[in-house]
Amino acid sequence: MTDATIASPIDADGKDQHIISLSITLNGKLHTVSVTSAATLLDLIRDQLGLAGTKKGCDMGACGACTVLVQGRRIKSCLALAASYDGEPITTIEGIGTAENLHPLQAAFIRHDALQCGYCTPGQILSGIALLAEKPQNLEAIREGMSGNLCRCGAYPNIVAAIAEVAGL
Amino acid sequence: MSGPSFQYGRAANIGDALIRGSRAGAAFLAGGTDVLQLWKAGVTAPEQIVDISRLPLGDVEFADGRLSLGALARLSDVAAHPDVTRHHPLIAEAILASASGQIRNMATVGGNLLQRTRCPYFRSHSLACNKRAPGSGCGALTGENRQAALFGASSSCVATHASDLAVALTALEAEVEVLGAPGKRRVPLSDLYRLPAETPERETNLAAGELITAIHVPDASRFAGRSTYLKVRDRASFEFAVVSVAAALRVEKGRIVEARLAAGGVAPMPWRLGRSEDALIGHPPDAQTLAVAGELAVEDSRPLAHNGFKIAVLRNAVIRALQTIASRP
Repeated sequence: MTDATIASPIDADGKDQHIISLSITLNGKLHTVSVTSAATLLDLIRDQLGLAGTKKGCDMGACGACTVLVQGRRIKSCLALAASYDGEPITTIEGIGTAENLHPLQAAFIRHDALQCGYCTPGQILSGIALLAEKPQNLEAIREGMSGNLCRCGAYPNIVAAIAEVAGL
Repeated sequence: MSGPSFQYGRAANIGDALIRGSRAGAAFLAGGTDVLQLWKAGVTAPEQIVDISRLPLGDVEFADGRLSLGALARLSDVAAHPDVTRHHPLIAEAILASASGQIRNMATVGGNLLQRTRCPYFRSHSLACNKRAPGSGCGALTGENRQAALFGASSSCVATHASDLAVALTALEAEVEVLGAPGKRRVPLSDLYRLPAETPERETNLAAGELITAIHVPDASRFAGRSTYLKVRDRASFEFAVVSVAAALRVEKGRIVEARLAAGGVAPMPWRLGRSEDALIGHPPDAQTLAVAGELAVEDSRPLAHNGFKIAVLRNAVIRALQTIASRP
């Protein structure tokens, strides 16, 4: 976390602002932007910074399609005010692997056919990467740990299998 | 984004937070998981958001058996803290039964205690709800009230409190540290909440602008390994409780010498089951004793049209939780 006085949403007079200047490091690249006070981190990532891999599903914290990593921890970017994340390093699906060099979990998703329409997949991958860092001990821990990501195509068994493979379970 | 816009300001320090938070129309924002949901649903319309998430109130401290949770400690950090898992596993269990991994990384302890009810009439801006719009009536009273309260409700409001953590903390007799303009005070968690009576819009005894700064849990390490959190819900994960029970039991020479029981999902606040606790003391933890505790837990229940099934669920959850503890070596 950077010092709150850098690009602080509090101006010199301590007055609150409707337009807030902030900086975030998105997938390793520093961006300085102005957002409205009510913009979510999801809005900032998609609409202002143009990275559409992070999905807006329910926009109410239920579906997990908007999952991103903040300092490696998974959060739901639809329930995060952009202004609150001033100075934070954010990782989205665009920062995970490349077409030529997939992240091991992305490769496992392909091997296990862990998607159909793919809409929830960026959130599933980021949530799964964070879960792997929490070292799940068994399949039940994976199922429980992934309960914040819905898949309406019902690819759950294959998602669990893909994560289990990378976890060495 | 859906609600009307608001001004945003980040509190520079705790004093600044108190000043900003006491302004009319101000709302504190910590993890944001409930504040943002309520704002998006049009349930609340804060004029000013006071972001307190970076205040230095996130520490978890353990000394002489007593646990202090900073109000801004994230749920996932509390549940994984070695002193919590070792000495207060009931707290870790209740947290891990809550929400999802992402939400637990965001949500704070203080915010969890102050989360608003999941009553569908409250959460929909177009339905009658005295809590959201005083005087508009209680739609749940005669409408869909499957999740409504069995205890402590009124003709104005039948909503339940949704926190799992608060149920565990009630069983452990935790206190809340509150800071406001007049200074610092400590209140038992059971006194933080108010029953709805005729003013369901007032849910706590916090004054405007007062801030929860910490939660203090008295030495309860004697219950470690002798406690459990049982959550009954409509699906196995990422769902609020239909009924939950936090239980702790100490047995010496075959007889119960200390018992703690609190229930969630059944009242406007975590519901301590004092009569069940009293009935356990001095008896062996056998089927008959546990059955009595289960019966006493539901004695004063006042069901509505659709929530009567919760009586059997609560009775059996109390018995099951006690059995779980008693069956351990």
